[in-house]
Amino acid sequence: MTAVAPTRPTRWRFSPLGLFEALATPHGVDRYLELVNPMLTVRDLRAEVTEVHRSTADTVTLTLRPTRQWRGFQAGQFVQVTVEIDGVRRTRCYSPACSQYRDDGRIELTIKAHPDGIVSQFLHANAAPGLVVGLAQAAGTFQLPQERPGHVLFISGGSGITPVLSMLRTLCDEGYAGQVTFLHYGYTEQDIAYRDELVALAAQHDNVRLVLAYTDQADGGDLHGYFGQEHLEAVAPWHADAETFLCGPPGLMASVRSLYAERGLINRLHFEDFAPAPIVADRDSTGAVSFDRTGRSADNSGATLLEQAEAAGLTPAYGCRMGICFSCTQIKTSGCTRNIRTGAIDADPDTEIQLCISVPVGDVALDL
Amino acid sequence: MTSATVTLTTEQIDELGRELDALKQRVVGDLGQEDRDYIYNVIKAQRALEVAGRASFYLGFLPPFWLAGVAALSLSKILDNMEIGHNVMHGQYDWMRDPALNSKMFEWDTACPSDQWRHSHNYMHHTYTNILGKDRDIGYGLLRMDESQKWNPYYLGNPVYAFALMTFFQYGVALHDLEAENLVTGRRKMSENTALLNGIWRKIGKQTLKDYVLFPALTGPLFVSTLAGNATANLVRNVWAYSIIFCGHFPSGVATFTEEETADESRGAWYVRQMMGSANITGSKLFHVLSGNLSHQIEHHLFPDIPARRYPQIAAEVQALCEKYGLPYNTGRFSKQIGSTWAKIFRLALPFGTRGQKDTPPAVTVVPKKVPVAA
Ligand SMILES: Cc1cc2nc3c(=O)[nH]c(=O)nc-3n(C[C@H](O)[C@H](O)[C@H](O)COP(=O)(O)OP(=O)(O)OC[C@H]3O[C@@H](n4cnc5c(N)ncnc54)[C@H](O)[C@@H]3O)c2cc1C
Repeated sequence: MTAVAPTRPTRWRFSPLGLFEALATPHGVDRYLELVNPMLTVRDLRAEVTEVHRSTADTVTLTLRPTRQWRGFQAGQFVQVTVEIDGVRRTRCYSPACSQYRDDGRIELTIKAHPDGIVSQFLHANAAPGLVVGLAQAAGTFQLPQERPGHVLFISGGSGITPVLSMLRTLCDEGYAGQVTFLHYGYTEQDIAYRDELVALAAQHDNVRLVLAYTDQADGGDLHGYFGQEHLEAVAPWHADAETFLCGPPGLMASVRSLYAERGLINRLHFEDFAPAPIVADRDSTGAVSFDRTGRSADNSGATLLEQAEAAGLTPAYGCRMGICFSCTQIKTSGCTRNIRTGAIDADPDTEIQLCISVPVGDVALDL
Repeated sequence: MTSATVTLTTEQIDELGRELDALKQRVVGDLGQEDRDYIYNVIKAQRALEVAGRASFYLGFLPPFWLAGVAALSLSKILDNMEIGHNVMHGQYDWMRDPALNSKMFEWDTACPSDQWRHSHNYMHHTYTNILGKDRDIGYGLLRMDESQKWNPYYLGNPVYAFALMTFFQYGVALHDLEAENLVTGRRKMSENTALLNGIWRKIGKQTLKDYVLFPALTGPLFVSTLAGNATANLVRNVWAYSIIFCGHFPSGVATFTEEETADESRGAWYVRQMMGSANITGSKLFHVLSGNLSHQIEHHLFPDIPARRYPQIAAEVQALCEKYGLPYNTGRFSKQIGSTWAKIFRLALPFGTRGQKDTPPAVTVVPKKVPVAA
């Protein structure tokens, strides 16, 4: 998904970059440039934080200026941001909240500080203009259809507002004329990161209706309590003829999904998970997992290979822990694994697998 | 002659293993920003020296500039190979998850492709350290570095081969994995080397293009002067790397082992072998950095994957453990260690053993504490 096809060796042709790379060998040109200015890159994609804004107590909104390798994004997609925290690089996914047409080409991210979150806490506390972060090209299939649907319902909760806000802003920039309802859940009025912005958008566009739902506040707002059939009927009785885009905490995601499934509307529902779905370990797991390079091995616990590697005391790289970012890809030297997202079985030796979504079926050996 | 004997029980060896494991855990738990800053500062110094060295050759017609260029470029290559390359490829910085300093992805400024080095060095040498017949670093298939290597008239040339290896060290290292000595004896087939040779040619091609074609050509009329400067810098690096590495395992007093001795060895016994089979060099802080901290070969062999700047920090504790268990901790000035290495190279050119030499390392005898009931 995010993998960029490796550049194939082509026939030799003079290029200034080729000359610089031949001079810099075996290190890349960027390994020299970054020591002078990390934003001066020939290959690496990075971004500089240009603005930092804290709109609620536990969120931070960053504006990023990417290097010229940035190819833009489609509303709803995510990027991977890499930061260094106490010497260690950490990569996490964030969905831009701005319109895909933003004219200065910058990206706006809104990040919720999770209580024990490593990256979100770090950015919330330390992000300042001038900070340079690693960036990966946008990816993800959570997007508006190219042919825009007749009506659109957005449902979001908490920090899940970002990708659907990007979609709303993008539709507004396009002069979209269909009916739009933006249903957003938050604990209280104080927890809504983009409140003023949303109110203004709804005021400027007759076809946009904003519905704010508070779960922990009895007055104010448009709705109260958790999502349910009544909320859906109240705000979008026409939802069966619309496309619905959903992103939020696991509880919200589950109740919307089951209601749509019940009504046979699941193919009209598009969603993005921010948090990994809990994984039920295989009860009848057999065999052992061996880590060739470190010479360690352990009984197969049925958990994902990433968790088993960590339990064995290893610290393999990882990112999303849900099969998206490919940060945890490693070589499986032998054995059979099952992809917990697709159920697919992989029995080929010496293949790359994503540790975070692969569970061993019997003995498995990893080059780790 | 009777060499000293250290007698350790299996319980003592296990205890030593536990103490060393705990020491490592303590260091690993403490890794962080300081270690990252350190290696990036070394990289900055190396890149600055490289740029300065290459730039000096534009004034290479003035001898002081030419010499300064050689000095800067030599230091750059030494830092690149020793404190950066060797250590990064050991995975010392993998915990930082930085692709630029990842053991699997890093490539260094020398002829040997990094993936082949990781096999011959990280795996073969570090796992089978000083086991005769298994550790091909004992004499590199070229030299007689241990009495138990059977003498034959070929070894009369021992000092000459050593000198040649020192001069062309980067190519010697590059060809190491081909196991030339096993090709001669028929234990290895040339066809097994095709892929390795392709990798070596590609790497040598790039290195040669850079040092002996492009950078000289960029200085125009000074082509020959720049080429000579680059060649000299490569030579200086070769001599330095050879000397440091030979001081690691070949000074007098370092032990070698047989396969039988080391069959089914425990983690603790593995540690004992690493300590007995390595030697340190004392010196200034700068000397340690330029040696890639391989001046702390003992600490490096115990924990090859912790950042090398940590070796001097734990050296006192390791030495204290050696004392506690009566194990030797072989260390000495550079002149002493390299002198005794060359003396060994000359001595072993001749068929005589080393009877009468007082440098024989103590033998470690393992005594199981509870004597098993005879079956
Ligand atoms: C496609 C995608 C897009 C995303 N977009 C955004 C975005 O726009 N804004 C944003 O704030 N976050 C977004 N996230 C979540 C983000 O990637 C991180 O997971 C989040 O910032 C927590 O990272 P951390 O390092 O702080 O927490 P970690 O140190 O990784 O985790 C600490 C604890 O928090 C839990 N945790 C991790 N993530 C979540 C979560 N999302 N919800 C609840 N608990 C969690 C973990 O299970 C763990 O127990 C997105 C995730 C994905 C997969």
